[in-house]
Amino acid sequence: MLLPGKGPTPGALTVTSGDETRTLDQPYAAARVSRPGSVSGQKTSETEVRQTFGPALEAQPGRPVSFYLYFLADTDEFTPESKQVVTQLFAEIARRPAPEIVVIGHTDRVGSVPYNDALSLRRAERVRDELVKLGIPKGRISVAGRGAREPEVRTAEKVAEARNRRVEISVR
Amino acid sequence: MKFPMIFLALPLALTIGVLQAGAAENAGQIKVSKGAVQIERSGQRTPAPVGSVVQQGDLVITGADGSVGITFRDNSLLSVGPDSVLSIDRFVFDSTTHQGAFESSLKQGTLAVVSGKLAKQSPEAMKVRTPAAILGVRGTEFLVRTGSVKD
Repeated sequence: MLLPGKGPTPGALTVTSGDETRTLDQPYAAARVSRPGSVSGQKTSETEVRQTFGPALEAQPGRPVSFYLYFLADTDEFTPESKQVVTQLFAEIARRPAPEIVVIGHTDRVGSVPYNDALSLRRAERVRDELVKLGIPKGRISVAGRGAREPEVRTAEKVAEARNRRVEISVR
Repeated sequence: MKFPMIFLALPLALTIGVLQAGAAENAGQIKVSKGAVQIERSGQRTPAPVGSVVQQGDLVITGADGSVGITFRDNSLLSVGPDSVLSIDRFVFDSTTHQGAFESSLKQGTLAVVSGKLAKQSPEAMKVRTPAAILGVRGTEFLVRTGSVKD
């Protein structure tokens, strides 16, 4: 069954058995497959969900949270706001079981795809090194470079945009 | 005698290569573990406390009092309730492009899913199987129960 989504778009789930497919795209829509090839639609409720799925839902891990760091132009200094973000980041890490940190670099759309992929990874690695200096074990941190694929602000190609030159630190 | 030796050695070397490639990267990590929770890997069952890694090919098994929550590398969150068996059939995630595949099977029990970056990138990427059905995921949260007498 589909749960009411927490994001802006509810998404959808397709249930296929044999030749039959049913699409669930409403909160609490449900499908039952009583035997292979037979998919029947039904509606469920929060009460029913709690009864059947209580323990599974209670075991859900905390949702990953992202922090963003911005740099002063032409330096490797964080902006003053970013220094506060580091404090929040440490608090978030401290309250999670088995915390993992993923440092994800992003670029604007100046430069080629391979160039931006490499640049975003370099930015992420630099922030990773900073976090290690601040005392986070290196083994808990992984790095990724998303290039220009996930802009904070949409721009045309070749546009320099400071808000997209950022590093995201995801804690999960 | 030399020929049979060579033929035997080649598949063996290939097998080892595949196993190492599979073990190189973890698929996810256990964040919540209550009651009896085990991971079966290569036929061996071990307890799975918080912090245990989950890999492609693992079976995650809970007892009557067990429940477990796993965060995967693409930020998918899967949690299972008591008396459940979840198989991690395939997990491939490219952290640059967000392309890959996440296929799992709920053999028995209850499962709660919050899909992650793979399903957001491509509606074909994430699939959950049950003995009777295949679920395709387009960025969403859902629940699955696989047959019991009550059904």
